[in-house]
Amino acid sequence: MAEHPNQLEVEPAGFALARERSAGGPSRKGALLDRRPGAATRFFTHPVTLRIVSAAALCLAWQWAGTVPISPAFPTFTETMAALWAMLADGSLFAAFAITLQPLLIGLVVSAILGVAVGVAMGLDERAEWFASPIFIVAQAAPLAALIPLIVFAYGIGLTSKTLVVCIMAMPVIVLNSFAAVRHTPVSLTEMGRSFLAPRRKVISRIILPAASPVIFAGLRLGCASGFIGAILAELLITPTGVGDIITYSRSIADYPSMYAAILSIIVFSVVFIEAIEQAEVILFRPEKRASP
Amino acid sequence: MNAPIALTAARPVTDSVVEVRNLDKIYAGTVQALKDITVDFPRGQLTSLLGPSGCGKTTLLKIIAGLLPASAGEVRVNGKVVSGPGPERAFVFQDFALMPWASVIKNVTFGLEMRGMAKAEREEIARRSIARVGLAGFENRYPHELSGGMRQRVGLARALCVDADVVMMDEPFSAVDEQNRRKFQEELLTLVAQEKKTFIFVTHSIEEAVYVSDRIVLLSPRPGRIAEIIEPDINRDGDTEAIRRHPVYLDTVDAIWYSLKTYLD
Amino acid sequence: MIVFGRRIPMVASLLLWAILWEIIGQLQVTILLPPLSSVVMRLFEIVPTASFMSALGVTAYAFIVGNVIAIAVGVPLGILMGRSVIADRLFLPWVNLFLSAPLTALVPVIMVIFGLGQTTIILTVVLFAIWIIVLDARAGVRSISPSLVEMAHSFGANRLQAFTRIYLWAALPEILAGIRLGVIRAVKGVIIGQLLVSIVGFGALFKLYGSRFLMEHFWTALLVLFALAFILAESLAWLERRVDFYAASRG
Repeated sequence: MAEHPNQLEVEPAGFALARERSAGGPSRKGALLDRRPGAATRFFTHPVTLRIVSAAALCLAWQWAGTVPISPAFPTFTETMAALWAMLADGSLFAAFAITLQPLLIGLVVSAILGVAVGVAMGLDERAEWFASPIFIVAQAAPLAALIPLIVFAYGIGLTSKTLVVCIMAMPVIVLNSFAAVRHTPVSLTEMGRSFLAPRRKVISRIILPAASPVIFAGLRLGCASGFIGAILAELLITPTGVGDIITYSRSIADYPSMYAAILSIIVFSVVFIEAIEQAEVILFRPEKRASP
Repeated sequence: MNAPIALTAARPVTDSVVEVRNLDKIYAGTVQALKDITVDFPRGQLTSLLGPSGCGKTTLLKIIAGLLPASAGEVRVNGKVVSGPGPERAFVFQDFALMPWASVIKNVTFGLEMRGMAKAEREEIARRSIARVGLAGFENRYPHELSGGMRQRVGLARALCVDADVVMMDEPFSAVDEQNRRKFQEELLTLVAQEKKTFIFVTHSIEEAVYVSDRIVLLSPRPGRIAEIIEPDINRDGDTEAIRRHPVYLDTVDAIWYSLKTYLD
Repeated sequence: MIVFGRRIPMVASLLLWAILWEIIGQLQVTILLPPLSSVVMRLFEIVPTASFMSALGVTAYAFIVGNVIAIAVGVPLGILMGRSVIADRLFLPWVNLFLSAPLTALVPVIMVIFGLGQTTIILTVVLFAIWIIVLDARAGVRSISPSLVEMAHSFGANRLQAFTRIYLWAALPEILAGIRLGVIRAVKGVIIGQLLVSIVGFGALFKLYGSRFLMEHFWTALLVLFALAFILAESLAWLERRVDFYAASRG
């Protein structure tokens, strides 16, 4: 990992994942932790034990907070699970997801293709960078959600508007990560390509793009996370459909367990979805990560 | 200390593969990296470019490789003026420049593939080249699974298998630990003796330069110019271990140190 | 970009975009996009008004309070996670989950519990900002060189001294990076919160402008918001570069 040329901390957003990743490595402050634990201690500090403890603690805290209750609008964990089960059993949750996923998937595919293309073009060509990068740098920092009312004026309350919301949320980070990834291709790798007589086209396809792909994928994952934010926001703000409809409707009739269950399901779904993209990346594009040492 | 012994003067070169004539390199319009470099690289020999950091030795190497344009003057390889990289030259990079997503064999075949050679043929050649540098059995490993020394062997195999007349090495052993470096240096001597190739070798280590070189081009910094050209008169045919105890080796190292000391701040 | 040997600064392209905007606006291609010049004229007219200033004030208040809470909770939590394996294993999965979760889905929960008001917006800001702050503070502590910690102990520093004199400072570059990223996320959080609550600050203004179809007003508010967000992000990045020498010298 240390030698991988692309574990750069690049754009504000690419940063987050790269950092998270590097921090996941072996701890460098071993000296501090160098106590020799007994068997019991080892069991209690084992990662799996602690993960289960952590999940159980959260569920228990939720259950307790719902039993008190800390708020009339706070159902217990078991009530929420029951509601989730009911929605799964009668298929309403699947129907809602089918609707929510439409703008989300269309928006993500469009953003991914367009965003990577624009970002790579900016990385390869200084004129493209000059022309487009200030727009995306501003877009990355700006609260683009404020554009939603305008999008509704322009495109109504249908699928187009919701897809556009997903696009404007997801695109900047994808563009900026792709740009930075291409721009930070190690010079010695491109020199290697030239010195072994690769034409420009081959240098791009065989060296620059593969070298940039980890950071491009980090951008895609961040873009997906933003796209989910956009999709839910669109459903809550423009017209309640899909999962947003369950949330809005159950809130209006004070059916809080259903509301919480819908929210929980969309959060879990997004986390699984982003994890799946990461797995797909490893399977399709990272032979060196699959190789056994 | 005693006065430095006289260095063995360079003989005129009769058969040179690479000729550098009145080369200047100016960066960003102001920084003069190289000034009026004229030097020949004799066929079948190993010539080192040696000097302190900032003397432009890597710049000179990259201009010969066709990776950087010269500001003035010219470089000829086999009599033809260099305008970019060419098939008669191969490069070994300081940081190895291996593609992390590609296996050892894919890295080694890269140059052959760019020349349009068929897959079976290029893999056959690459396998021989990989075995030549002592990495047989590692063909399907990935760079991150190899040590620094092994990675540089991959870089070397890649440069050898395109069968170029000139192999250029940019501080190839600087990222390798001391023990491995010594082993590399010994192997390099065997390689030079066996392959009928011309080697151009950049280093900042005086001992390394004297140990491996038939000819040493000493560069002085800011701007980089040729200070001296030395041909250490050491017989390298016998025991490679004995060279480091050879009186000429020790004297030459000493003399170069005296010569370079004047350029240090 | 270099044209005819002259370097043209990056921001100059924004000027080009502004001209493009003006032309499209003047051509009246769409009623949604009034010319930039009329938006700028409107800017001088409505920015000083009481309703605009109060929207700005309410937004700034929620934004600042939310960030202060996120930093005050996030940095110590991150340092704790960096120091203690148990705390790390207990919290890290959740921090990672919330970092990439669609947080907009949680805003309705905050709304039903805390009502449609400032509290909800402040909590939305916290929700958006805190996770990256925690993660970066954790990464900062984990990257402290062991010799620095050993130095502190060998010179007799106690736990509190080690924390305030070593950990906080040695991890500062990463902590600041986390705060910068958190603040950028918080900008989005405060606007998303206001849009969803829609009776506070810019959320209310957008609703008003939208219902009366005041496009110039709308664009003015957008322009002000985007400019403020951009200036904020850039000045934080500038500040961060100033302490970057730490990270460099720390090696």
